[in-house]
Amino acid sequence: MSKPKIGFYWCASCGGCEEAIVDLNEAVLDVVAAVDIVFWPCAMDFKKSDVEAMADKEITAIFINGAIRSSEQFEMAELLRKKSQFVISFGSCSHEGGIPGLANLYKKEDLLSTVYSTAFSTINPNYTLPQTQTKVPEGIATLPELWETVKSLDQVIDVDYFLPGCPPPVKLVVDAVTALLSGNLPPKGAVLAPDKALCDDCTRKATKPEKLQHKRFYRPSEILIDPEKCLLAQGLLCLGPVTRMGCDWACINGNMPCTGCMGPTSRVRDYGAKALSAMASVIDLNDEEEIQKSMDSIVDPVGTFYRYSLATSQLHSAIHTNGGK
Amino acid sequence: MKDQHVHHFEHTDVKVGVYVCHCGINIASKVNVHEVVEFAKNLPNVTVATEYKFMCSDAGQDIIVQDIRSGKVNRVIVASCSPLMHEITFRNATQHGGINPYFFQMANIREHVSWVTAEKEDATVKAKALVAAAVHRVSKHTSLEKKYFPVNPNVLVVGGGIAGIQAALTIANAGKKVYLVEREPTIGGHMAKFDKTFPTLDCAACILTPKMSQVRSHPNITLWTYAEVENVSGYVGNFTVQVKHKKRYINADTCIGCKACVDACIGPENIPDEFNEGLSYRKPVYMPFPQATPSVVIIDENSCYHFTKGGCPPDFSSKNGHLSPQLQSLLRRANECFELRDFQETLKLTKEILKSSPEHQETLFLHAQTLYQLGMINEATEVMRNVMVKERCVAACPKGSVDLYQTEAISEIQVGAIIIATGFKTFQGERTTQYGYKRYPNVFTSLEIERLVNASGPTGGEIVLRDGKTKPKSVAILHCVGSRDLHSNRYCSRVCCMYSLKLAHLIKERTGAEVYNFYIDMRTPGKGYEEFYEKLCHENVHFIRGRAAEVTDWVLSKAELGKLVVRAEDTLLGMVRRVPVDMVVLSVGLEPQTDAEEVRRKFNISCSKEGWFLERHPKLAPVNTFTDGIFLAGACQGPKDIPDTVAQAGAAAAEALALIDIGYVEMEPNTAFITEENCSGCRICVALCPYTAITTDPVKLISVVNPALCKGCGTCVAACPSGAAQQNLFTDEQIFEEIEGVLEYV
Repeated sequence: MSKPKIGFYWCASCGGCEEAIVDLNEAVLDVVAAVDIVFWPCAMDFKKSDVEAMADKEITAIFINGAIRSSEQFEMAELLRKKSQFVISFGSCSHEGGIPGLANLYKKEDLLSTVYSTAFSTINPNYTLPQTQTKVPEGIATLPELWETVKSLDQVIDVDYFLPGCPPPVKLVVDAVTALLSGNLPPKGAVLAPDKALCDDCTRKATKPEKLQHKRFYRPSEILIDPEKCLLAQGLLCLGPVTRMGCDWACINGNMPCTGCMGPTSRVRDYGAKALSAMASVIDLNDEEEIQKSMDSIVDPVGTFYRYSLATSQLHSAIHTNGGK
Repeated sequence: MKDQHVHHFEHTDVKVGVYVCHCGINIASKVNVHEVVEFAKNLPNVTVATEYKFMCSDAGQDIIVQDIRSGKVNRVIVASCSPLMHEITFRNATQHGGINPYFFQMANIREHVSWVTAEKEDATVKAKALVAAAVHRVSKHTSLEKKYFPVNPNVLVVGGGIAGIQAALTIANAGKKVYLVEREPTIGGHMAKFDKTFPTLDCAACILTPKMSQVRSHPNITLWTYAEVENVSGYVGNFTVQVKHKKRYINADTCIGCKACVDACIGPENIPDEFNEGLSYRKPVYMPFPQATPSVVIIDENSCYHFTKGGCPPDFSSKNGHLSPQLQSLLRRANECFELRDFQETLKLTKEILKSSPEHQETLFLHAQTLYQLGMINEATEVMRNVMVKERCVAACPKGSVDLYQTEAISEIQVGAIIIATGFKTFQGERTTQYGYKRYPNVFTSLEIERLVNASGPTGGEIVLRDGKTKPKSVAILHCVGSRDLHSNRYCSRVCCMYSLKLAHLIKERTGAEVYNFYIDMRTPGKGYEEFYEKLCHENVHFIRGRAAEVTDWVLSKAELGKLVVRAEDTLLGMVRRVPVDMVVLSVGLEPQTDAEEVRRKFNISCSKEGWFLERHPKLAPVNTFTDGIFLAGACQGPKDIPDTVAQAGAAAAEALALIDIGYVEMEPNTAFITEENCSGCRICVALCPYTAITTDPVKLISVVNPALCKGCGTCVAACPSGAAQQNLFTDEQIFEEIEGVLEYV
């Protein structure tokens, strides 16, 4: 009997998710022993045509990381959907738009003008911009089109499961693969991580005071961080209360506050709004001016609270929300 | 976030009945009710949609009952007025029909639509949207049950003025146990200071003191004076209250009020007497006033020598007087032993002498002095200690009630209801500097005059100037001092006009002086009040309509020499007047107690912006607070005269009785709850809860809502970062469904 076929694909991502697969270390051998990897452009030589040649649903499971922000990524996502039984949205960018999703704060023209003209290191006197079609002596050269907004994977295709994290923790990946191979699957649409917030089993939970109350927040660089004490209790913007657990406190153990890459629990619709309301709840001030001052201690609120989830937030973007292709 | 909001709207078993009310023409004149009904018929799961002139009438309710009973509907929407008006009515009808009352949802198309929308068309669209929202929402409703908690039958009354006294007696007479806590050494409050009460001019003491002694002797009342509520926890029906007994230095249980200690006290006698507004003086040990209840003295540690100097000084002036033969022999033996340098024996005898006759400290002091001169320092000290230790009051007390080493004590009590009757304070006259209080000696506050006219006051009822002897020949009474004034309090203090009239009458009666009332408006609403004013008008009392501008001693004519001149615009004569008088009385207004904010916090109730405790509803719940089980009586809720205070105290007592008599409290199920398996124990909610209903489970380290304390405000639900906190009747699912309902059809 042939082994199940699996594949990995990347869209708008940094490559960290691919690294997470490699981080499986020896476990990757078990995976390889159990499955055939039929598509993994980052690591192995496959072409789009190889996928096109496959029968529909031939791939058992495809793990797609990265956000969707170009016509090419969209095409590949649609193609892989057609060829796969299970599509697993892999990592924060695919799950919630991720850090690329913060581009939704700006218009496409502004992004292009920054990158191709006004950026500090750019010299482009003719303001040459990438074109989808360019006439060259050999004929017409094409490039994918950059979309107006960044999308999460499930905003463009039907997704079966989500593996959260930036990148997804090794343990969750192993559990997910095991579940897929054993057929012991949760209901469609599930996020393959525990459905509780990070504080639940936090190594620092015992040091959490009964009442969390602060006059202001600190950035990690502003204070000497106690390596034992609850980070939120120290006035750091630790988003553990808002964020799904399952990362094994990688940042917390590194003495850094949680930034929320695992996304919200299943019961929360808008991660950033919850994060903002949770952190604002901790401010123990009554005077409006003082409150304003205290909130001013949060530098870049959108980048802090919507770091990974702006594209899937209720706001989606600073510009129009429909289409965007 | 992906694995949620998968809506299973098609509940095949849900059958929604929509009943649109005309409310006479309140709704029907603005909303096209028929159109709304036709619209509702096409909404998902709606099986019945109909209209009726008054849904709240018996006939209207019966339509719902019959539709439920005949199986046509199992969810009910009434589009009518506000939930505050009739939610209970329709919930009851729903229950009467035979289904859970919480399968009902109200769409408010009167207050939210017909009353506030100009165009009929707009109003109809809005009404449809709200009906659609309710239809969507109600399919997500679940069956809920009210909760019941037992009620402790005891009541705490805080404050022993006339309000607290009345409330305590009413409840005690109903056979319930009452704890009455008063922070002053005696109950009676402000009323105990008054001579007469308006408008009947009956003697305040005559009507108050019998009530005070009833409180003292009532078997159902535990009276704690000179005590304060330290901490309140718990919830309606089950409050735990800690009461701090302040250091009175007298055992209140054994003191019989004989005042032997007061007579014996050799402490300073020039301490301003608080009860007499500082118009007379008292000793460090004193009885606040003759009818003080309980009749127990108190020692003021700020002036008593024991605390200020370490002990009573020897009293050389005291005479040996007639000595009993036994004492004579003791003294003789002590002297003999002393001469023989048998100091141990001297000491022994010294103690015996002290025990039977403290006046002999003089002898002992001389012994000590000699010992000291002989260089026997230790022995001298020992004798001196014996001399000093036995303070005059300790020695004089026949009951051994003086306890100069008394410490604060805390009593913890359990009560089901609390009545707050902490009263008011009067406006400080010196704050209106233009009237010269504390600058001109003969400017008095009304409360000072109350003491002066009082037969048991510092002058025995003589109204005299600050020199203590001169009777005034002319008196000005300035109304609205600290009331109706943008610089101090904007509100009317309600009682000042009437008590000013009363004082005018009493001053006129006692001194025959010319009395001038400077008033803005004469406010005399109340039974017999206007008649009292009428009466005063015929008593040759002058009324000058105009707020006094200032009181000055800057005289402009011979007639004003040595007088205080009140300047005011007489708005009836249309001219500025200067009225020279001997005495000025400031009719000071009423203000919240200085520590009202602290008390508010302690009991978790609200204050108006002036600082008066806030009633739940000015008309429909005037003695209730926003905290269930805590009621208000008297002037702590706002300025009030005695009749109103007593009436309100009775109402508060009735409310408390209604709560404790039934034996349990019924709680609406719209409380928050935290799903254990979803809570990470982040504690964001704990500090936020305004009712301290959330605590951390010490074992599971997750947050837990006490449903008895929860008021269903939803703060924790909104703040919960992981969606573990939810609220019955306001689950995320229900709210989103409602929003979708609104948006889908407009």
